[in-house]
Amino acid sequence: MQRESDMSGESQTISEYIVHHLTNLTYGRLPEGTVRYDGSVVGEGGQWAMAHGGEEIAAMGFNAVHVDSLAWSIGLGILFCWLFRRVAKQAQSGVPSGLVNFAEMVVEFVDGTVKDTFHGRNPLVAPLALTIFCWVFLMNLMDLLPVDLVPHLLGLAGVGYQKIVPSTDPNITMGMALGIFILMLYYSIKVKGFGFVKELTLNPFNHPAFIPVNLFMEVVGLLAKPFSLGLRLFGNMYAGEMIFILIAALFSAGIAWMLPAGLLQMGWAIFHILVITLQAFIFMVLTIVYLSMAHEDH
Amino acid sequence: MNINLTLIGQMVAFIVFVAFCMKYVWPPIVAAMQERAEKIADGLAAADRASHDLELAQKRAVEQMKAAKAEAASVIDAANKRANALIEEAKNAASAEAEKVKASALAEIEQEKNRAKAELRAELASLTFLGAEKVLGAAIDQSAHADLVSKLTAELH
Repeated sequence: MQRESDMSGESQTISEYIVHHLTNLTYGRLPEGTVRYDGSVVGEGGQWAMAHGGEEIAAMGFNAVHVDSLAWSIGLGILFCWLFRRVAKQAQSGVPSGLVNFAEMVVEFVDGTVKDTFHGRNPLVAPLALTIFCWVFLMNLMDLLPVDLVPHLLGLAGVGYQKIVPSTDPNITMGMALGIFILMLYYSIKVKGFGFVKELTLNPFNHPAFIPVNLFMEVVGLLAKPFSLGLRLFGNMYAGEMIFILIAALFSAGIAWMLPAGLLQMGWAIFHILVITLQAFIFMVLTIVYLSMAHEDH
Repeated sequence: MNINLTLIGQMVAFIVFVAFCMKYVWPPIVAAMQERAEKIADGLAAADRASHDLELAQKRAVEQMKAAKAEAASVIDAANKRANALIEEAKNAASAEAEKVKASALAEIEQEKNRAKAELRAELASLTFLGAEKVLGAAIDQSAHADLVSKLTAELH
């Protein structure tokens, strides 16, 4: 496959095309002595710059920000806040209509799920669940935009890389999962106090001799929660995005592939409507369940 | 697949959005929905009450109608009675009047009859005298025979 690169006008193979699609627009600190894409060497004290290519991103390490993921994520979060804030201002006890109706339906759905699962008393959980559900759904929804559309348009504007689905970035999903993990720890300690320590050390074998074993098992179990939460969403969305990219690559395999590729694209997109909603729902429900467990004394 | 500062950024954004939602989004929407639920419950209760009231009112209306009908019936009854009484009275008065008229007429007739009888008697007496005069060929002294005449007149009764 020959394809015009957004970056330099060089021709691109399929694998380059895929890698390009999977690379984030990254801004970070290049450490001292890094050889840049144009051959120059980063001077003393390092240099904050936009990364050109995967090697520079790798060189940046932790001191980097995925500008595209974060921008889309925050943008969609603001969209959610703006929409629901508008609804919150309009909402009164009269007959609702239009957007208010829709938002109230979502709120009612989330509220029902929270009430079914979470039996404690905590004013944080329901708004948290609503934010997670809507935000993750919106982030997942970006998956339904044609994979080349936004990156290509931004490429024309001179932006090298663009990943528009924030939930295909493990930073984004793990960021949320860690936020929830902190809340879990906070409420575990707040609600159970010393009971939390007991839960970690005297479960499942209630004998002092088993404390190390218990501690190991419980800590692994505890840590597994945020990781499974974040990586499940990431894995599902990443795989979905990957299929979209592969189908998009199929378009360039020749005129005969146009129709089957189009059908595949449509089929996968329709299937994905289910996936994005389901993943948002799962993320929300697991959050509620984990927080519920943090609130429940054994 | 690099874990970097994006993670921290997302965590901060996450906290900010959740805080915003918790403060400015969730409470007003839920409050509005609760208020509406209460309003609907009140409305339903009011509707129940209204239908109950309607039932009561209908019952009362039926009762009043019954009472009114009974009263009307009694009024009609009384009126009928009164009318009958009036008719009866009028009838009685009329028949009494008729009786009186009849009696006076009869009395008059009787009087007339008696008067005619007396007249006829007198006539007869005089005629008898006249005839007797003719038969006897002489005048009968009225005074001489007054006894006779009166006796005769009495016999003619």
